[in-house]
Amino acid sequence: MKTLKLIFLSSLGRKYVMAISGALLFLFVIGHMLGNLQIFLGKDFLNAYAHFLKATPELLWPARIGLLVLAILHIVTAVQLAIENRRARPLAYDGTKIYAASFAAQAILFSGLVVLAFIVYHLLHFTFGKIQPEALTYTVMYKGEPIHDVYKMMVMGFSNPWISAIYLICMGLLCLHLSHGVSSLFQSLGWKTNAYRNAIDKFAKISALIIFLGNCAIPVAILLGLVK
Amino acid sequence: MSETTMNLTLRVWRQKNAQSAGTFVEYEAKNISVDMSFLEMLDVVNEELTARGEDPIAFDHDCREGICGMCSLTINGKAHGPLEATTTCQLHMRSFKNGDAITVEPWRAKPFPVIKDLVTDRSAFDRIIQVGGFVSVSTGGAPDGNALPIPKTDADAAMDAAQCIGCGACVAACKNASAMLFVAAKVGHLGLLPQGQTERDRRVLHMVAQMDEEGFGNCTNIGSCSAVCPKEIGQDFISRLNRDFLKASLRAK
Ligand code: HEM
Ligand code: FES
Repeated sequence: MKTLKLIFLSSLGRKYVMAISGALLFLFVIGHMLGNLQIFLGKDFLNAYAHFLKATPELLWPARIGLLVLAILHIVTAVQLAIENRRARPLAYDGTKIYAASFAAQAILFSGLVVLAFIVYHLLHFTFGKIQPEALTYTVMYKGEPIHDVYKMMVMGFSNPWISAIYLICMGLLCLHLSHGVSSLFQSLGWKTNAYRNAIDKFAKISALIIFLGNCAIPVAILLGLVK
Repeated sequence: MSETTMNLTLRVWRQKNAQSAGTFVEYEAKNISVDMSFLEMLDVVNEELTARGEDPIAFDHDCREGICGMCSLTINGKAHGPLEATTTCQLHMRSFKNGDAITVEPWRAKPFPVIKDLVTDRSAFDRIIQVGGFVSVSTGGAPDGNALPIPKTDADAAMDAAQCIGCGACVAACKNASAMLFVAAKVGHLGLLPQGQTERDRRVLHMVAQMDEEGFGNCTNIGSCSAVCPKEIGQDFISRLNRDFLKASLRAK
């Protein structure tokens, strides 16, 4: 009980909440990317994978609920901390300069909010079918029964250059968010010692870049007609 | 104009007291020797102000040799001015050029209210120390010098943290006005030594609770604090503080 209070009410404790929820979301982003990259293995691979997820509710629903809880914890805590930070300096300096700060570190809240907007857009697009209503109607035969043609949905979706542009820009901001966030989470949990400091910073930048390139490969390949 | 003196335009924050609103006032600083410290330059300006019957600029200082932590001042937007690892009292006018315009502001943070002009009330730091920044020892005869062996690496690291003079530049420079580096230095310094072990959990829990209570912001791992710290206390101590607090929280009953 005392431990829970310390974690959810103190400044440092809430940074653990940020760090752990961020770390789990980061792992999800990697898994999600690897799943989608199956588009390069061909139509059947991707559709079979998508069908497997949809047809396994005992996997799908815990994952969905878990992600929702993580996202809420991460976002609510981020906004709370940010409001307190503003309050801690009621009167700004004349010319505000932030020393020794990377751009990604300064823009963490901004990039996070764009990612939030993107998550909403992405769910409306591919989960709820509100951006391109026909997206959820494509079907394909699989083991003798019709299943959702996710491959066609992605190809049709990203053939629209405006939609692809939105995805590319948002992946850029996610990359920016993670290039600071992933190294910051080690510091917040107290695992970033001088011996590992540079290695952790590199790991954060490289993994953020891989996530950017991996996710962007899909719309780019579709726009270039490499995947159709 | 010889090379050994300079003329400057100062834009100084003037504020009557904690209740009143402050404003910038411009002053000319004439014939300032390059060998003067920044505080001596302000002394010269203040003598002129006094001679004219005006209220001199209030600023904090004590040792003027970089060890007490009383001097402050945000100079052209940077805590303790342009040099690294240097307190304002150790900053010399040769770091500026003839004709420079210099903006001088107090530390700005809610837990450090302005008392007058450039003087802020930093007793929030004292209260943080009072709740745990010490080791309790019985008085009596002095212990033998080498009775308590301390590994050299630990002693060195503890000394690095112990250099903190509590000036508050870390808070002043942090975009969130967070006191993490200060608390991290104190917790790290005592937690690295055998004498500090008994009270280690209690210390970190109490000091962080007091830090939060005072209204400092939260650390976002940006690193401006270490960049301006006159004693160059590193980010490693913040990581250590996070680790200590996590362990103490898990053990808390
Ligand atoms: C959905 C909207 C999001 C918002 C508003 C947001 C906001 C933030 C903010 C403000 C921070 C800095 C917190 C601090 O240093 O105190 C942060 C850190 C972080 N975020 Fe996000 N974020 C979002 C989504 C994500 C996502 C989707 C991921 C993972 C892919 C993520 C991963 C991280 C990580 C790893 C950190 C570092 C935590 C730390 O400093 O300890 N964030 N986020
Ligand atoms: S006056 Fe003592 S450190 Fe500057």
